Amino acid sequence: MFESVQYWDPAAQFVLFSALKILVVFGATLTFVSLAVVAERRVSAWIQDRVGPNRVGIPFTNIRFLGLGQMLADGLKFLLKEDFTPNYVRTVYFWLAPAITLIPAFLTLAVIPFGSTLGNPNNRMVIANLNVGILYTFGIVSLGVYGIVLAGYASNSKYPFLGGIRSSAQMISYEIAMGLSVIPIFLLVGSLNLGDVVGYQSGGLHTWLVWKQPLAFFIFLIAAFAETNRLPFDMPESESELIGGYHTEYSSMKFALFFLGEYANMIASCSMMVTLFFGGWTPPWGAEAATTLWAGLGHVACFLAKVISMMLLFIWVRWMLPRFRYDQLMDLGWRRFIPMALFNILVTAFVVALWQR
Amino acid sequence: MPPLTDLLFYVFAGLTLACGLLCVVNPFSRNPVTSAMFLVLTIVSMAGLFILLHAFFLAAVQILVYAGAVMVLFLFVIMLLDLREEERRRIRTFSLGTGALIVVVVAGLLVRVLSGAVPVRPTGLGVEGHTKILGRILFEQYVLPFEVLSLLLLVAMVGVILLSKKDMK
Repeated sequence: MFESVQYWDPAAQFVLFSALKILVVFGATLTFVSLAVVAERRVSAWIQDRVGPNRVGIPFTNIRFLGLGQMLADGLKFLLKEDFTPNYVRTVYFWLAPAITLIPAFLTLAVIPFGSTLGNPNNRMVIANLNVGILYTFGIVSLGVYGIVLAGYASNSKYPFLGGIRSSAQMISYEIAMGLSVIPIFLLVGSLNLGDVVGYQSGGLHTWLVWKQPLAFFIFLIAAFAETNRLPFDMPESESELIGGYHTEYSSMKFALFFLGEYANMIASCSMMVTLFFGGWTPPWGAEAATTLWAGLGHVACFLAKVISMMLLFIWVRWMLPRFRYDQLMDLGWRRFIPMALFNILVTAFVVALWQR
Repeated sequence: MPPLTDLLFYVFAGLTLACGLLCVVNPFSRNPVTSAMFLVLTIVSMAGLFILLHAFFLAAVQILVYAGAVMVLFLFVIMLLDLREEERRRIRTFSLGTGALIVVVVAGLLVRVLSGAVPVRPTGLGVEGHTKILGRILFEQYVLPFEVLSLLLLVAMVGVILLSKKDMK
């Protein structure tokens, strides 16, 4: 069955493999999102010395599976709840906003190399091997703010509106710090292609860019917290001030889409960090592109393990740190991180110009 | 059947024109937020046209800068100002006249440029090395205009700081 694919037209092969990759990445991301929600609840419970949702397993039996059935139960709850639309909202935007939040998160994943190959050197494990990969990512990430802003606007009520305004200011500010923080990486690598960035780091643990660019990683990590609206920077939805922020008026599946969007964004930025700073799919002892199916699957597993570790870091930070004040957030973004990132670019540029070329 | 790229060109060109038109003269709504969102769609479909010309860098920057940053700020300002009276405002003769004048001038310019242009197929550079080539051209051939432009931006920035500072110390 699989042998005959080799004799197809290259274009047809490309379409088939791309479609397969898109399906797999999409499915894997959705699964990861629901796992992340359960993980978030369990980890937060451990941190706060509670038990957490550990009951739901297979119905009518005593098999609990660490409470992993919770993700199905959560999903069902969201689907079956009443989808209520308040009658004073701006309907078109009210319906569009959740979708606009979710789409960019998934689009970002298209350029992330999540593995080397599965044996065939012509079929790389990345959906779109773009030469401007990182610019594409930042472009799409910057579109993500529309969903939140429009949700705040469409809800036509004060708390969502404040959430939307806060979010747009916050995301624009931290996008600049984030964009500036990765420039040194590309000065070192000499290419905007994410595959080349991984290739640069394929020599093993000591070649990972996080050792050469710790400042860049630090800025990127904190900007990622702000971009994904996670604590300590979750001002757009801070419960104690804005009830639920931009999604106050949303219920049922539309609310769930915002939720999915937040976690999909988290996965996207974790994958980005793994690719830029932690060697992508390469194992810590270094590796060339895989030549066999099993080695290829091992690389994918390595990538997933790194992404999961980053996700756990995100969850850990959320439950350990208190929320910033809004002026502190702006101060940190504009007056600390942007000068720091500029300084980092200058130093790296000098080092590259003097020693590497 | 025309090649896929030609088909995509007509799709993106049509989208650009339609969204641009809906941004300015939308018969269904005079809501400034709707106009801004159509402008975002115009910018995104123009990025699609750039991709068809193999200008990937330009397309990415177009989305990053215009759709991602400039338009978000537009939206931000529209929301803060809460331009509700904009929905009821009548069309003024003066603005209509100026608009028509600008359209005529720009259309004239476009016709002049297009009549002198030689149609060239995008050279098949593929996805390789575009950014590097662009950088070389910017910093070697056009370094003076580039620096002058950045100076212009600096002037604008200084101006903004001057205007927003209430009392000078």
